[in-house]
Amino acid sequence: MLYGTLYDTTGEAALIVARGLRKTYGGTTALDGIDLDVGQGTVCGLLGPNGAGKTTAVRILTTLLRPSGGRAEVAGFDVATHPRQVRRSIGLVGQHTAVDELLTGRQNLELFGRLSHLGAAQARARAGELLERFGLAHAGPVKEYSGGMRRRLDLAAGMILAPPVLFLDEPTTGLDPRSRAEIWRAVRELVAAGTTVLLTTQYLEEADQLADRISVIDAGRVVAEGSPAELKAKLGGDRLDVVVHDPARLAQAAEIVARAAGGPPEVDQDTRRVSAPVGERVAALTGVLAAFAEAGVEAEDVAVRRPTLDEVFLSLTGGDAR
Amino acid sequence: MTAMTATGGRLRWAVADGWTVARRDLVHWANQPMTVVFGVLFPVVITLAFGYLFGGAVDVPEGAGYFAFLMPGMYGMTMLFGLSSTMITVTTDVSKGVTDRFRSLPMSPSAVLIGRAIADLLHSVVVLAGMLACGLAVGWRPATLSGALGAVGLLLLLRFSLLWAGIYLGLITRDPGAVVAVQTLEFPVGFLSNAFVAPATMPGWLGAVAEWNPLSSTVAAARQLFGNPGWGGDSWVAQHAVPMAVAWPVVITVVFFVLSVRRYRRLDR
Repeated sequence: MLYGTLYDTTGEAALIVARGLRKTYGGTTALDGIDLDVGQGTVCGLLGPNGAGKTTAVRILTTLLRPSGGRAEVAGFDVATHPRQVRRSIGLVGQHTAVDELLTGRQNLELFGRLSHLGAAQARARAGELLERFGLAHAGPVKEYSGGMRRRLDLAAGMILAPPVLFLDEPTTGLDPRSRAEIWRAVRELVAAGTTVLLTTQYLEEADQLADRISVIDAGRVVAEGSPAELKAKLGGDRLDVVVHDPARLAQAAEIVARAAGGPPEVDQDTRRVSAPVGERVAALTGVLAAFAEAGVEAEDVAVRRPTLDEVFLSLTGGDAR
Repeated sequence: MTAMTATGGRLRWAVADGWTVARRDLVHWANQPMTVVFGVLFPVVITLAFGYLFGGAVDVPEGAGYFAFLMPGMYGMTMLFGLSSTMITVTTDVSKGVTDRFRSLPMSPSAVLIGRAIADLLHSVVVLAGMLACGLAVGWRPATLSGALGAVGLLLLLRFSLLWAGIYLGLITRDPGAVVAVQTLEFPVGFLSNAFVAPATMPGWLGAVAEWNPLSSTVAAARQLFGNPGWGGDSWVAQHAVPMAVAWPVVITVVFFVLSVRRYRRLDR
């Protein structure tokens, strides 16, 4: 430990700290000075589009890449000068499932356990325990695994040493909703048991579901940081869309929506759509429906939706079209 | 004292972890025995094809059967084929993230390459054993046991050196097409040697290239040690086949070992 444990802004011990982290490849800048503070037992979500620098950040924090500038500590150790100590404290679940397809799940976990310097008996016991926990105890060879099972095995492989810090690089990209829910449940269990997690994702909903704090990154920089609620408030949160049947009732519908919404509604005459940001999604929805019924306004479609990632980035990067 | 113990501990873990990584391949063989069987069958089938199809057309010195001449050449070719198989394994591990997984574990960093070397050498021992059995079956015979052991040692030494070339090529390859290119080049490189025909029958400059092909030195030395007929040749390199069969692999090993370790360390750039 060269610097001693760094403390995050709230004064609590942080297990992941980054200051001005930079990475350049030749002439291109992948990371352009990132600061992170992840407190013990919390989940930090790195949210951003492809190529934003999320994976580069994870690769630096897990000692796979050397930073070009800035510094980072994980579990109290500098990633550049004490990679071995860092590796003893972390688990990595990479973007591509890094398990050996020619081995069984058990053989994979025993291999990674032995290479984490567990004894033979210990590695076997730990493999059995993790297979049981991730519902893979009775699974066949890995090449017959489904996508969700592979990710679960990958997660188990990252948990071999029960590390205090876990890095998940887009853990649910490409998974069906059911497998995604399974991974989310597993992550929540780990966090409940005290694990500190840094998670990257392209999905606003995933960050919303799992993260205590979210750093939105774009083009190698943190463009916004906060709790999911803070970020959503900043972005105007959910939107309520109503399509009315009769164009003549549009003005009346806009009036009703305006009362329930947190801001002035936008009205589109051509599509007969009224759209407005809302704070409490369920209250807004039920309120609007009740008011419509009372006034006799017929709605063709009513929906509350989250802002899409595109909308998030448009709003955060000031309308910078990508 | 502490430094010595630390170094000793590091070396112990490098060997222990290297063996764990190598054992992963042994488990692959147990899980997929047919892969090993085909690995042995491939050179055997090529040997039989060459022996029975071309055998009649080649004049063999000292009036021996073509197989007596062909087998040491095929043993050498088999070692050469190992180059692309090492390369494929290394490239696959890198592209699938298995290498990154290893690099994120608190294991000895050198164990990844040590394990690869041990596993591929063991694989080559198995394949070479299959080829020797094939040779015995078609009438090839070594003259003395000690000579045969020496020849097998030189063949495996060549394989060991090409293994490092394969590791290096596998580490620098991002494009699976490159593996196919190397695989395709193995045959011309093999043909441009004394493995099948006498370099003396080739156009002058081509014959010289063939004589200086490291494969030619190993094959000529193996023929000499097995007591099998060879082409001889007046050139210096043909006259010094055994020392050259040691020198070439040592040079190749040193060059590609250094390059491989450097490249592996720079995966973090």
